[in-house]
Amino acid sequence: MIRQEDAIIVGGGIHGCSTALHLCLAGLKPVLIEKDYAGRHASGVNAGGVRQLARDVAEIPLSIRSMGIWETIGDLVDDDCGFESHGQVLVAETDAELDACRARVADLNAQGFNHEELIDGTELRRLVPAVAESCPGGVVSRRDGAAQPARTTTAFRRKAEQLGAILREGVAATNVRKEQGLWHVDVGAETFAAPVLVNAAGAWAGRIAAQLGEPVPVETIAPMLMITSPVAHFIDPVVILRGRKLSFKQFPNGTVLIGGGHLATPDQDRNETVLDWRKLSESARTVAELFEVMRSATITRAWAGIEARMRDDIPVFGPSALHEGLYHQFGFSAHGFQLGPGAGAVMAELIVHGGTQTRIGGLSIERFRNTTPSATA
Amino acid sequence: MSAAPKHDRYDVVVIGAGPAGLAATTMTADAGLSTLLLDENAGPGGQVWRAISSTPVKSEVLLGADYWSGAEIAKAARDSGAEIIHRATVWSLDRNLEIGVSVGGGSAFIKAKRVIIATGAQERPFPIPGWTLPGVMTAGAAQTMLKSSGLVPDCPTVLAGQGPLLWLLAAQILRLGGRIDRVLDTTPRANYIAALPHALAFLTSPYFGKGLAMMREVRAKVRVISGVTELAAAGDGKLESVTYVAGGKRETLPAELLLLHQGVVPNVNLAMAAGVEHRWNELQLCWTPVLDAFGNSSIPGIAIAGDGAGIGGAQAAVVRGRRAAGDAIKELRPQAEIIDLSAEMARAERGRAFLDVLFQPAKQFRMPQGDTIVCRCEEITAKDVLDSVAIGATGPNQLKAYRRTGMGPCQGRLCGLTVTELMAEARGKSPQEIGYYRLRAPVKPIMLSELASLPKDDEATKAVVRG
Amino acid sequence: MFKRAEGDARASVTIHVEGRAITAREGDTVSAALLASGLDVRRATAVSGAKRLPYCMMGVCFDCLVTIDGVGNRQGCLVPVAEGMQIEIQKGKREIGK
Repeated sequence: MIRQEDAIIVGGGIHGCSTALHLCLAGLKPVLIEKDYAGRHASGVNAGGVRQLARDVAEIPLSIRSMGIWETIGDLVDDDCGFESHGQVLVAETDAELDACRARVADLNAQGFNHEELIDGTELRRLVPAVAESCPGGVVSRRDGAAQPARTTTAFRRKAEQLGAILREGVAATNVRKEQGLWHVDVGAETFAAPVLVNAAGAWAGRIAAQLGEPVPVETIAPMLMITSPVAHFIDPVVILRGRKLSFKQFPNGTVLIGGGHLATPDQDRNETVLDWRKLSESARTVAELFEVMRSATITRAWAGIEARMRDDIPVFGPSALHEGLYHQFGFSAHGFQLGPGAGAVMAELIVHGGTQTRIGGLSIERFRNTTPSATA
Repeated sequence: MSAAPKHDRYDVVVIGAGPAGLAATTMTADAGLSTLLLDENAGPGGQVWRAISSTPVKSEVLLGADYWSGAEIAKAARDSGAEIIHRATVWSLDRNLEIGVSVGGGSAFIKAKRVIIATGAQERPFPIPGWTLPGVMTAGAAQTMLKSSGLVPDCPTVLAGQGPLLWLLAAQILRLGGRIDRVLDTTPRANYIAALPHALAFLTSPYFGKGLAMMREVRAKVRVISGVTELAAAGDGKLESVTYVAGGKRETLPAELLLLHQGVVPNVNLAMAAGVEHRWNELQLCWTPVLDAFGNSSIPGIAIAGDGAGIGGAQAAVVRGRRAAGDAIKELRPQAEIIDLSAEMARAERGRAFLDVLFQPAKQFRMPQGDTIVCRCEEITAKDVLDSVAIGATGPNQLKAYRRTGMGPCQGRLCGLTVTELMAEARGKSPQEIGYYRLRAPVKPIMLSELASLPKDDEATKAVVRG
Repeated sequence: MFKRAEGDARASVTIHVEGRAITAREGDTVSAALLASGLDVRRATAVSGAKRLPYCMMGVCFDCLVTIDGVGNRQGCLVPVAEGMQIEIQKGKREIGK
């Protein structure tokens, strides 16, 4: 038996769940299909950075839209998602890096974006007292912060379900096809049909896009993170580096999360990753150099979540260039968590109204037309 | 201070120097394979033969013949030519058979052609009210102190639980002049009947006579209460009393030390973090790895021997160690002759089913209620777990998002089984369906400065490791 | 709580617990020595400040965490005592860099 609904969303990450929730709010009934469980991969195990800072200009409008939702996220999902806003700070380690920061902020200002603010060494040390004396300054985005990723994704999932979304977890979407003007997807013994199909399948989205005739240059990556045992409070904002791969954040319970983009080896078919400890060692070295106090902290766990990275490091977001009723929402390239709430809202606008006031043109799949995929996931 | 491994690759790396690890090490080294034995403790023996080469308790009688049988096996390993490193903490193992090990404050990565995990067992969690109070310890803890330091209780002391170790410990404490005020036996009465079909094998096993003698020895000196159905520890900042119910009667005893034991379960953290497939064992009520007859796991090159393969006791562990070693030798030295150990294996495992059934712990001692702590590290109660299930947590990994269970330093060692069983019952599923925490390296915490000082990326090593 | 059995012929080792000298024996782990000392060696957890003593003594429970010669969060049950060792009992969240 074929069950017809308003929209089929493939992928139960923060993006799929957010789009499901916003479609429900718009009065539609979506079905969300997740092969594992909501938040199993990148959305549940990322660093939780809620960051407008240091984004590609093409993503900034979506990021700003999202930030507004984050600041009142409890109203949307009945859970504060552990969101705390203590700002995010990008640290320049050299004068040359600070010069690059200055140019970047000037460029953003010229384009009308004011969320990034250049700071000198004094302000840097006021915000991040423990940072090495040698750092000359950086950039702050004061409204930024961090949230708890698994809790957030779970909250979106829960609220979407409460508002009427149909959830299918633990079963993969297969045999995606268009018949008689409707998208059809098999889910175990069931078949769902809908005029709208949203491809929000993260690391698995490239395969779906390719199957539907829209191959894109995407690869599967697994950014590694590690966390320490609790230490006394010593830092408020999230810290990232301009030059080296590092992100750094202390949670209210005292644990310190260390990330920054070093990659594990993903095994997509096994849902597994093999950590690269030599790269994690590099992260540890960077932390030890930048924050001397961290040297005696103990690392209690390390992990990596599987996700998709586009060749140009910005997501594929918006309608298909080929098919009516197909929408893409993937390839967030290790920085999609903050975008999740806003992207769901904008995606719902695209689906319901056929357009949005949020500028997303630079994220269209159109940009890959006539390019050969460098890698397909 | 122990020295770091001499080489960065070995034919065989054995992890754990208990019965299985010592036996495996001896055999592979004797066969000419380069063998490295890594062990976290200060000397060989594991838990059962702890401090076998250093115990201050020298008398044969006090610790018993089973204990001293380990001396010879430990000596054989020492003489085998294998490289043996104690106080070495293995904190990472992956499917490329790359091992991260911390020795003397520094870490190294080594690569093996075969890995034999012999990390043994740990005490099954015994989550009763008050089990986090200072003065509540495991029976294994008391036995460790007794064997390695000759320390015995000298304060009001209660032993509670079930299983052979509880009686052995009681006998050993009494022999060394320690104090035990009462033994509370929690073996469910129904288990005696359930175990009957397995009784014949047990009666003809070596366990039977030894077990009976030990129980008689203890009962002669200490009051033993059987059929205990409820147990709680209480006190303000430390243990002050133990309350129990037996035969419908409730009694409270003053106590400063409560030693708990309801059997042991495989120590799964390293194997699971490496990605070895485990399944729920309905008889032993724990996770056991999926293994072939030689202990080979779902990951090519990784074998598991000893109690980590499923609880079988020290004698079975020795045979399992030798079988895993034999398979490694066959793989790496195809011309070598390997003796068949299946008859020995059957002998060593005789009587185990009886013990498994008889000493299967009662539900109320595995699945606590209300504000009894489940996760000691994050101080999460049974009610917290069930409340999270009610608002949508479907399994142990999802629960982390709600409650941080299993995310503390013990990495679920003392809450994992409880969480799985609690969630399975609450959701009407089997433990197998509910699953377990996804475990991650480092399986033991490592200092940031130690990680930072790992040797830098060596392209040549990397090519081999990743190839 | 615990006493030493008779006939223990191992050599004495002096360690310092928050500045106070105690006598342990060669081969004792830090946790065993602390428990044998008779001193109040309860740590306070980082989560709630609840008092704890070692539970498993075999490296799995992490309730024996202790600062040894300035390095925090060591598993006291796995570290043998050494002459002159300086032990601090951990109270709540560890101050790093001190």
